[in-house]
Formats: sequence, structure tokens, C-alpha cells
Amino acid sequence: MGKPVPAPTPETRPFFDGAAAGELRIQRCADCGEPFFYPRPSCPFCASGAVEWFTASGRATLYSYTISHRPAPGFEQDAPYAIAVVQLAEGPRMMTNIVGIENTPDNLVLDMDLEVTFEQRGDVTIPQFTPAGGH
Amino acid sequence: MAAIAGAAETDEIGVLPGHSTLRLHVEGARNALADAGLKLSDIDGIASVSSPGPIQVAHALGIQPRWIDGTGVGGTSFLLHVRHAVAAIQAGHADTILITHGESGRSRVGSARGSMPASSPNAQFEAPYGVFGPPTMFTIPLLRYMKEFGLTPEQLASVAVAQRKWAARNPRAMYRKPITVEDVLDSRMISYPFHLLECCLVTDGGGALIVTSDERAADLRKPPVHILGTGETFESPLISQMADFTTSAAFCRSSRDAFAEARIGVGDVDHVMIYDAFAHVPIYGLEDMGFVGRGEAGPFIAEGHTSPGGSLPVNTNGGGLSYTHTGMYGMFLIQESVRQLRGEAAAQVPGVEVSVALGNGGMFMAAGTLVLGNRKP
Repeated sequence: MGKPVPAPTPETRPFFDGAAAGELRIQRCADCGEPFFYPRPSCPFCASGAVEWFTASGRATLYSYTISHRPAPGFEQDAPYAIAVVQLAEGPRMMTNIVGIENTPDNLVLDMDLEVTFEQRGDVTIPQFTPAGGH
Repeated sequence: MAAIAGAAETDEIGVLPGHSTLRLHVEGARNALADAGLKLSDIDGIASVSSPGPIQVAHALGIQPRWIDGTGVGGTSFLLHVRHAVAAIQAGHADTILITHGESGRSRVGSARGSMPASSPNAQFEAPYGVFGPPTMFTIPLLRYMKEFGLTPEQLASVAVAQRKWAARNPRAMYRKPITVEDVLDSRMISYPFHLLECCLVTDGGGALIVTSDERAADLRKPPVHILGTGETFESPLISQMADFTTSAAFCRSSRDAFAEARIGVGDVDHVMIYDAFAHVPIYGLEDMGFVGRGEAGPFIAEGHTSPGGSLPVNTNGGGLSYTHTGMYGMFLIQESVRQLRGEAAAQVPGVEVSVALGNGGMFMAAGTLVLGNRKP
């Protein structure tokens, strides 16, 4: 069994199209200006239906994580691996993996600077994060 | 308001490969009826969670209710059922309501593993990153809390140690052998920073409650446990979208409502039950309900204040970490609060008049709070 592949809906398709193009695209409200994640048909701050997509900077910091010693199906080769939540420079947070660095408590320091990278997963591309300036 | 007039668990809890989920519901229901001294024909309302759900349970028992509630918000569902039952009784929609739980969480008898639709936000934005059930989701916020407030690994481990002290006094607890902080920190790493002994049990079992009016409860077999205040809310179905990883907004809101309705403060509370799927949840619960200040719960527990003989007895059945955890543990919080208020708990605390139960659903997804008392308000 391989790693889970997300099944985009019409509302989330632009996010995955962006990832396929190498961009982290998220939504913001055209009325109140607040950016948010995950993609939704209306603004969770002011209920406006005027939501728009924009390309985020791809910069983030490490907000919190856990290191799983029991692999999910498809992740047998990766354990132990971190399941992280990062805070985007624009404000919203998202779950991700941290790649390009061994996932140990010493290496994964909260608030460290990260930048987006992308992994092809079946027909879909998903964003992941890696230490900033590490390449 | 209303009162809990009957409360009972299944004959056995733990590892029950010979029991179907439906049997666990039915056995808990029959035991609760016997506890209250009521007959099936006295029940005119039913609440439970899928599956099997309230309709299957009612039909299996042979009752025809005029009120049904199938609210399902994970492990705290039963606390919400109690709240909804109070409202139904006050509205005249039902007189005597049965709330059941049964789960073959460990043996998985006749139960399918739940899965999210592939198009759900959880499946699109969390599952692709290798989450593997509660141990890899419920645990994620804690490192942020540890950084913000300086909680130490030893303080986290002390939660499991404190609860094992209570479990040692409870013959029905699954794990009763005393443990030390070192034992906890030496146990296998499950999901850093959580070791095996900081993660809950996985068991089979069930239980049921009967809620009726204060007036009717006064005439029944057991002393009534009055429902003084209730609260319910949710925060986020995605753990990654919690507003602040150092506090549960749902714990705060549901508890604020319950305490306000009961017109009490934390100083009036004699006994506390907090859903402990993992060792950090009682830390969040104590702070979010206001029993201690922000960042103070770890030292408070490590110093023994929640242990036997301490100033604030917490999780006196041994909790999900040592007593039992069927998957939706909330029913067992209420059962222990009732036992303590009736003076019939295995590890009885002297003089309990007000008990608070704080339930969690999903991974910090939803919350329910009950303030219960053995004196009429």
C-alpha cells in the first residue's frame, strides 16, 4: 500500500494545481483581507463569499511536531518521521513533513526557518517543507 | 434541571473478545436500569453514538422512545447526550432517558475501522503526511506547549504516575502496578515526546446512564446525582487548525458555560475527571478550566496535588491511561463522577459534593463539560 494520495474537490483543485506548478497557493478574503487555510468556499473570519487565491511566499517556521515511531501504511521506509505543523509567513498554519534533514529532536527546533518544496504523489503534487537556505 | 438516576458499566471491562458492540450497549443499559430500579417500559428517550447507534440499541432492547439523539462528536458524545437530555426533559419531550455506550475498541468484534472520505479536508491536508491515528495527531500540539511554558518530560510522565496511584486502588483498573517517572520515560517511544505509558489503553467495554427529572429521581433506588451545569462546543476537525496549540479553545468554552450555568467557581469543586487519551490532556484541562494558571498544571500534578491525598483529586478511576479506554472514553468519566458523588467509588474521596467531568472528542476537536452534585441546587 502506497502513501495516501489526496483527492481534490472543485474547491481545493487550485491548491493542487499550484503545487503541480511549483507554487504554494492559498486563499484570502477579498473583503476583510485575511488569508486562510485549508481552502474553503467562504471566509471563516467574516463569512464573505468573496474569496481569492494568491501565491504565498513559501516561507514558514516550525510551529510544532511529533515524531512517529510507528509508520502509517506507505511510510514504512520513513519511520521514525516527523508530522509537523508549520506557520506560513502569511499567517495560516498547515500540516506537512520536513524533508532534507534527518527527523530528530536535535535537528527539528521549533521556530526554525523553513521553505516549501514539492513531492509528486501519484497524480497529485503535495507541498512539503525543508530547512531554509539548506540548498 | 435533571438528575442521573441510574449509572452502570458492563459486568466486565478490558479484553472481551466474546462480546459484540451491541451486547456491550445492552448489558450496560440493563445494569443501569437495575441500578435505578426502573423497567424498560419506563424509558421514553434514548441517546447513543453510531455504530450501532440509538435506533439499533433501542430496538435490540425492545423500547419505543419518543425522543432520540444520535449526536456523535467522538469520545465526548455522552456528555453532550446528558446535556441534551436535560433540555428534552425540561421541554417535556421525554421523561426518562437512557444513554448507552459500548465499544469493542480492542477486540474489534463486528466493527469496521472508520475512514475519512478521500475528499474530506482531513484526507486532503493531513493524511498525506503520514498520520497514523490518535498517537500521531493528538500529540502534535505538546512540543509547542513545552517550549512556551517549560513543561519537562518528567512532569509529563508524572501524569501517568499520578493516575496509576489511583488505579492501584481500583480492582477494575486494567493496569494497577505502581510506576515511577523513570518507568514512564524508559517505556517505548510511540510518538516523540510521548512514551507508551503516556498513551491510553485500548479496551472493550461499555456503560449506560439514566437521566430523569429531579423530582422523579428523588423517588428511585439510588440517591440522585444532580446535573448542575453543562457545556458543549467544538474547535476544529483538523488538529493542524487549532487556534493555539497551548490551550484547547473547546475545553475553555464548554467549561465556562458549564461553570456559569452551575453558578460555581473552581473553588467549589471537590473532584475532577478529565479525558486522558494522552498524558498532556489533563494538563490542558486543568488550565483551561481555570483550576491552575497557564503553565502551572505540570508542576501541580508532579507535586502530587491530583494524586491520592492531594488537594484536587483527578481521574480517580485511573483514567484512560490505567483504567480503561474503549475509544470513546467519555462514558467512563461520568460513571466515576457518579460513583464519587454517591460515595461508592473504589478509590473513594471523602466528602465529594461537586464533581466536574471534562470530555474530549476527536483530537482536541470537540468538548463537553458536566458539573454534577449530590445536593439539589
